[in-house]
Amino acid sequence: MKSASIIMIIGSALLLGLFVFPLWSITLEAPQYPSGIGMNIHLDGLQGKEKHDLQNIDGLNHYIGMRKLPKADEMWEFSTFPKVIGSMAALGIIIGLIGLFKFISPKWFLGWLILMIILGILGMYDFNAWMVDYGTNLDPKAIMKMTDANGNPLSYKPPLFGTKNILNFVAHSYPHKGAYMMGFGMFLTFVAYWIGNKKVKSLKA
Amino acid sequence: MNKIGKYLLGISALIFMTNCGNNNNNSNSGAMSSSKAEKVYVAPGEHDEYYGFMSGGYSGNLTVYGLPSGRMLKEIPVFSQFPTSGYGYSEETKPMLNTSFGFVPWGDSHHPDISQTKGELDGRWIFINENNTPRIARISLETFETEEIIELPNSAGNHASSFVTENTEYIVAGTRFAVPNPQRDMPINEMKGQFKGPLSFVSIADNGRMNLEFQLNMPGFNYDLAHPGRNKSHGWFFFTSYNTEEANTLMEVNASQNDKDYIAAVNWKKVVEYVKNGGGEKVAGTYAHNVYDEKTHTAISTMKEGVISINPKDVEGAVFYIPIPKSPHGCDVDPSGKYIIGSGKLSRDLSVYSFDKMLTAIENKDFVDDAYGIPVLSYENTLAGTVAAAGLGPLHTEFDGKGNAYTTFFISSEVVKWKLGTWEILDRQKTFYSVGHLMIPGGNSRKPFGKYMVALNKITKDRYLPTGPELEHSAQLYDISGDKMELLSDFPTHGEPHYAAGIRADIIKEKSKKYYELSENEHPYAAKSESEATVTRNGNEVHISMTMIRSHFSPDNIEGVKVGDKVYLHMTNLEQDFDVPHGFSIIGANTSEILVMPGQTKTIIWEPKREGVWPFYCTDFCSALHQEMQGYIRVSGANSNTPIKFTLDDE
Repeated sequence: MKSASIIMIIGSALLLGLFVFPLWSITLEAPQYPSGIGMNIHLDGLQGKEKHDLQNIDGLNHYIGMRKLPKADEMWEFSTFPKVIGSMAALGIIIGLIGLFKFISPKWFLGWLILMIILGILGMYDFNAWMVDYGTNLDPKAIMKMTDANGNPLSYKPPLFGTKNILNFVAHSYPHKGAYMMGFGMFLTFVAYWIGNKKVKSLKA
Repeated sequence: MNKIGKYLLGISALIFMTNCGNNNNNSNSGAMSSSKAEKVYVAPGEHDEYYGFMSGGYSGNLTVYGLPSGRMLKEIPVFSQFPTSGYGYSEETKPMLNTSFGFVPWGDSHHPDISQTKGELDGRWIFINENNTPRIARISLETFETEEIIELPNSAGNHASSFVTENTEYIVAGTRFAVPNPQRDMPINEMKGQFKGPLSFVSIADNGRMNLEFQLNMPGFNYDLAHPGRNKSHGWFFFTSYNTEEANTLMEVNASQNDKDYIAAVNWKKVVEYVKNGGGEKVAGTYAHNVYDEKTHTAISTMKEGVISINPKDVEGAVFYIPIPKSPHGCDVDPSGKYIIGSGKLSRDLSVYSFDKMLTAIENKDFVDDAYGIPVLSYENTLAGTVAAAGLGPLHTEFDGKGNAYTTFFISSEVVKWKLGTWEILDRQKTFYSVGHLMIPGGNSRKPFGKYMVALNKITKDRYLPTGPELEHSAQLYDISGDKMELLSDFPTHGEPHYAAGIRADIIKEKSKKYYELSENEHPYAAKSESEATVTRNGNEVHISMTMIRSHFSPDNIEGVKVGDKVYLHMTNLEQDFDVPHGFSIIGANTSEILVMPGQTKTIIWEPKREGVWPFYCTDFCSALHQEMQGYIRVSGANSNTPIKFTLDDE
């Protein structure tokens, strides 16, 4: 059980990487932007890839009537997400520590992981909903009102995951370092459960 | 066809065939020319390997080229008004062209030189001199903009300039037209012994700031070109002079009578020491010192008074003359600092002097004469060797760092490669036509790059499609990496490039600024956001602080301006992205447009003369809605009561 608990601690501690590294990255490419323009989504706000990228994305978006990118204090998510991730990391570490000093069922590890997955899905759902709103809720006085083949207003929603053409831009939306650390950490907590479970079975046998 | 006809056909076929044969033998046009093309071909989107900075001569500016492609990248305004950007027209840059004679809209730029550290190009700044109203400019190689111009008083014809010492300690300025010093009303034909040829020494601070330290008040010969000693001769400066005859009329004849003129060898370290110990006397001399501040985006011109003048006789062992045949022009020092090459422009030979022999001659007081109290060394005992019958009309020499020298010959229109030490001629290549200076990137430093050589020609004639009587000048690029020079390409150059300077692109290109930080903009009238845009009246002066961003001005509707007002249009570009300038112009303005870089503020004055509603617009195609980037100013009668009102979208 000792090794399983250590892995559980390491796995949940990896969530803390999100306080340093970005969760997600959205990059825009166009002929006029040979080195791209883009932003990193951190737990607590947006950051331009280059110093003035956010302002320059806003500058481009005003032509199609998109709102300005939100500042940290303009979205509840940027204050809530750090609390959720911080709490989950703490909870995981505590569970691991308890496992280290006295026996608890590895099901606690699995329970933590399931809770984390549910929270993750909720987070992604929220993120996607924001992008839909951001990409479709446009200024009626927009300079350029583009429509699709059926005459419906074009959506400028960036993809949740993957690459998509938006007018003259190619948008790439992928997880960043923080998310990879979180993913690996979550995988480790499953390993912790699996090792712990095996130990329990061998003890019973 | 008759018999004669067949004969003629036969003969012409023969001529044709021989011609083809010749072509193949002489220029190897097939395989060779394709490899030449490859050598100068820089694929779309790729960068050149070198920057070349060509002086603009009578354009007063400095042009930037990519080498080996020969593509022109930028024209940097220096001594001349430049309506393209508003340099010298905008309120912020007009002070750059201020002189002790008032505002001078034009200059004659000559010799660019890049700053050095330990004798190697460091790419911090490039300097260039102005001949007509003696000045030196310093240009930043981060912004590629002129940051500072200093005028040299008591001087005329600043041609022997702007050459920097090997740690950028000093930069020199000369006097090519001997003048009374101080200037006074006197008969021209009494010049002999009365006129002077001051040589100015300007120090360069760590931040680049120039300061006129002293002037060496030399006899009134015409000091033409200069080069600092380097490596072992660091601490010395060498200046060629002509008209030691001190003729004042029909100079082409009367200044060509002496068999020999002089190279002035100046131990500047000794002179600096002398000045430090209180030597020299402060004499009159008014000069402008103009400094551009990157934060306020504004130049300030300060008029300064007085300069330390030094009589060369007073500094023991600091100034000597070396005789040089036939009215010399170029004066060059090889990378080791051992040799000083003087080019007698009416000669067929080059005289190469030995720095060591010069020192020995000085030590032994091996003087043959004196000129106004300055010892003249023996020609024979300072000479290291001559490059004999090298060509006609030698002018300038550069080096490849592999022991070879390259000298231009104006009259015979060629560049000759020869070996330092043996003085043997290795190769010669034609130039098209009448080459003046030549430039090897780094060619006047301790470490020349030695791959390309550019010949800067004075005569163009038929090299390009004709464009009427007036033609651009012409440059040729040669590959000098092999034993023989190989002509690669021709390209036109703007204005009249005299000297040029080149540097490997990677030394400076990463430092090149992309835009100015708006948050660091300290211009007193900058509007750093649309909410800071204002219109204020102060008597008949109206100050409009307006912003520019894709694709509108703020404000774009202004009322309350009256006929007779002096309207200052302070334009701030709010963009913070690479290569998004906005321009500004308004109908009826008696000045140029201004091109405002991201984060920058520039101002032009508009004095409306008629009532009406007058449009202004962005002159740079900035964006898809560029055409809509426009606005109106309402001008009311001089005695009207129209209140000041400024709006954007009626807000």
